[in-house]
Amino acid sequence: MSEKYQVSSSPHVRAKDSTSNVMLYVIIALLPAALFGIYNFGYKALILILVTIAACVASEWVFDRIVHRKNSVPDLSAVVTGLLLAMNLPASLPWWEAVIGAVFAIIIVKMMFGGLGQNFMNPALGGRCFLLIAFAADMTNYASSKFEAYSGATPLAMIRNEGLSSVNVMDMLTGKIPGTIGETSVIAILIGAIIMILFGVIDLKIPASYIITFAVFMFIFGAERFNMNYVVAQLCGGGLMLGAFFMATDYVTSPITPKGQIIFGICCGLLTGLFRCFGANAEGVSFAIILSNLLVPIIEKFTVPRAFGVVKVKEAGKNE
Amino acid sequence: MGLKTFKGGVHPYEGKELAKDAPIKEVLPKGELVFPMSQHIGAPATPVVAVGDAVLKGQKIAEAGGFVSSPIYSSVSGKVTKIEPRRVAVGDLVNSIVIESDDQFQEVEYAAVDDVASLSKEEIIGKVKEAGVVGMGGAGFPTHVKLSPKEPDKIEYIIANCAECEPYLTADYRRMIENPDELVAGMKIILQLFENAKGVFGVENNKPDCIEKLRELTKDEPRMEVCELMTKYPQGGERQLIYAVTGRAINSKMLPADAGCIVDNVETIIAVYQAVKNGIPVMKRVSTVTGDAIKNPSNFLYSMGTPYQQLVDAAGGFTTEPEKIISGGPMMGFSMFSLDIPTTKTSSSILCFSKDAVKEMGEPLACINCGRCVEACPENLIPSRLAKFGNTGQMEAFEAWHGLECIECGSCTYVCPSRRQVAQSVKTMKKLVLAEKRKQK
Repeated sequence: MSEKYQVSSSPHVRAKDSTSNVMLYVIIALLPAALFGIYNFGYKALILILVTIAACVASEWVFDRIVHRKNSVPDLSAVVTGLLLAMNLPASLPWWEAVIGAVFAIIIVKMMFGGLGQNFMNPALGGRCFLLIAFAADMTNYASSKFEAYSGATPLAMIRNEGLSSVNVMDMLTGKIPGTIGETSVIAILIGAIIMILFGVIDLKIPASYIITFAVFMFIFGAERFNMNYVVAQLCGGGLMLGAFFMATDYVTSPITPKGQIIFGICCGLLTGLFRCFGANAEGVSFAIILSNLLVPIIEKFTVPRAFGVVKVKEAGKNE
Repeated sequence: MGLKTFKGGVHPYEGKELAKDAPIKEVLPKGELVFPMSQHIGAPATPVVAVGDAVLKGQKIAEAGGFVSSPIYSSVSGKVTKIEPRRVAVGDLVNSIVIESDDQFQEVEYAAVDDVASLSKEEIIGKVKEAGVVGMGGAGFPTHVKLSPKEPDKIEYIIANCAECEPYLTADYRRMIENPDELVAGMKIILQLFENAKGVFGVENNKPDCIEKLRELTKDEPRMEVCELMTKYPQGGERQLIYAVTGRAINSKMLPADAGCIVDNVETIIAVYQAVKNGIPVMKRVSTVTGDAIKNPSNFLYSMGTPYQQLVDAAGGFTTEPEKIISGGPMMGFSMFSLDIPTTKTSSSILCFSKDAVKEMGEPLACINCGRCVEACPENLIPSRLAKFGNTGQMEAFEAWHGLECIECGSCTYVCPSRRQVAQSVKTMKKLVLAEKRKQK
C-alpha cells in the first residue's frame, strides 16, 4: 500500500492569523502612542524605547540559548513586552535602569515561569513595578518635560495636591502633559485601541468593565465626589487608558472565560480606584493590574461557562 | 430580522466554486469493489454471501447485525472473490466483502410502490430499514432507528440538513438543484410518519438558488417550509441546526427527539425516497471530488464500494501530485494515506490538496490564552483549557469544564494562532473519559 500522502487529525485547513501576526497588530496599535511620546519627549524617548526593546529581545534570546530552548524571539512577544515597558517609563530614566527593568520583565517574570503563555503576571508591568520600587526617584521624575504649566508633576499628582482646578482636561486628552512615554495622550491610545479591536486582537469586555467600574468608583468615592469633571480627569490621567486597553487585556494574564474577563475588569477598576483614592501615590494602575493578574485562576474557576444546551447542574441532577 | 444561526462558529474559505457548477455525472465502477461491513454506527453487518457466489446489482450481501445496524447491498453484478479485512477511510481494518464486477450490471427487480400515501408507518420504516438507509452526511447512524423515536407524537420538526457547511463540498447543493423533487418527496414520506411535525429545509444563504427552488416546490405543501440560515461553519452540526431552526438547545446526553426534532441530510432523505417509493436499496450516492490538485472538480453519482482512485480518475486525475487527500470535508474529514480505499455510504467527498495547510503551518507554539477558540466554539466551551486537561490527563477537570459536550467540529484548531491541535487533544481525551465511564458501569 502506498503511503505517500500527509495524514493528520482534522481540521485540515487553518485561519490566517498566527501568534506573531497578533503580536504585530499590538505593535502597530502601540505606534500612535509611541510616536506621540517621541514627539512629546524628544529623542530621549526614542532611545529609551529602542534600548528597552533591544534588552527584552536580547534577554529572551540569551535565556533560550542557556536553557537550550528553541529561539522564541520570532513570535515577537518580547518586542511587545519591550515596547509596552518603554511606554510605562519616564523619558528621563537612565538607559541602564530601563535595561534592568527589561531583563527583570523577560527573565524573572516571563521566562522563569516557562516563557510565552505561562507567566501569571504581565511582564511589562512586572518590570515597571520592579523599577518603581528599585529606582523610585528616577521612575517618578518627570522634571525634564517641556510642559512648564505642570512644573514636573503629573496632572494626577496636581489634582491630588492642588485640586481639580490646577489641571486642564483638554491637555490631558491630547497628551500635552508630563507622564510616562506612552500614557499621556488619550487620543493616541484610543486610536491604538480601535486598531486592536478592528484587527480582532481584543474586545471590549475587559477595558469597558475596567473603565466603567473605575469611573463609578471615582464618582462616588473620589476626592471630589459626584463631579463628572473630576472623573474625566481621573480617566485621562496616569496610566489608566494605556492600562485598560494594552495591559489588562494581555491574553496570558487575564481570564479566558468571558464572564471572568468582566469580573477581572471590575477587579482592576476597583483596585485602581482604591489605590488612587486611599493610597500613598496618585497612580495605581500598574499595581491594580498585576494584583488582579494574581486573581485570574480563582476568577476562572468560578466562571466556567455552561456548555451549549446544558441546564443548571441542579436541574440536570433531577433529570437523571 | 436577523438570519437564523447559532453562537460561535468560523468562516473558512468556502472553495465551493471549484465544483459548484459541475452537474452530477454517473461513474460506472470497474473491476474489484469492496464493501466494508461497518459503514454505519452500530453493530457491523453480517455477510449473507460466501466466496464464489454470483451476485446481482441490488442484491443484499450482508444483513443488519442488530437493531442499530444496517444491511449492505452489492452495487454491481459479479462474483464474490474474498471476504477479508480491508482498510477503510478512517484508517481501520474492517471485515469486507470483495466483489469482482462482471461489467454487466444485471439488477434484481425492485418492489416499487405506486401510492406511497397508502403505506402504513410500519411499512415505511420497514422499507427504510431493509434498504440500508443510514445518515449519509458522515455519521452513518441508521435512519430507521432515528425514525422510530419513543414518542413519535412529540416530534414537531423534521429538519432537512441542507446547510452543507463544510467548505468545498457541493454534492448536496447539486442534489438540491437537480433532484429537489426527490428531496421534497422524501420529506413527504417522513412527514407521513409524524402527524404533528412540520418539515423544515435548513439551507445556508450561500445557496440562494436552492432556497428559491425549494420554496417554489413547497409552496403548496402546508407542512413544509424553507428556513434560510446564515452561512457559517458548523451550521450543519445537528445541535447547531436544531437551535437555528427551532431555538431549542440540546446537549450531548440528549437526542434531537428530546427537543421534538429529527434531522436528516439531503442525501439521506433522497435515499429514503428511493427506498420507499422505488424499493431501491442504498447502493449509489452523490459526492464531490474536488480540491486544487484535481483536474476537473466534479460531482459524481457513483456506486458504493468503488475505490477512491476510480473517482479521481473519472475527474481527470491530478494536475499536480497532491500532498493531502481527505475523505469528507476539510473541517471534519479524515486524511487518507492512499487512494486504494473503498467508498462507503458515508463518503460525501474526496478532497485533494496540492499543499497540506497543516504541514505548512509548522510547529505549534505555546497557547497564549487569546480566547479565539472560545469565541469560535459553537458549544460554548473553553477549548484551549480542555486541550490542556486532555494533554495532562486531568479527567475530572475535563468533565467539569464540559469537555464531553465537544462536537469535534474543529473550529478551535482552525482559529488557533499558535497552530495547536486543540480539537485533537479534546477528541482524544473525550474518548478516554467515555471509555473510563463504560468501564465503571
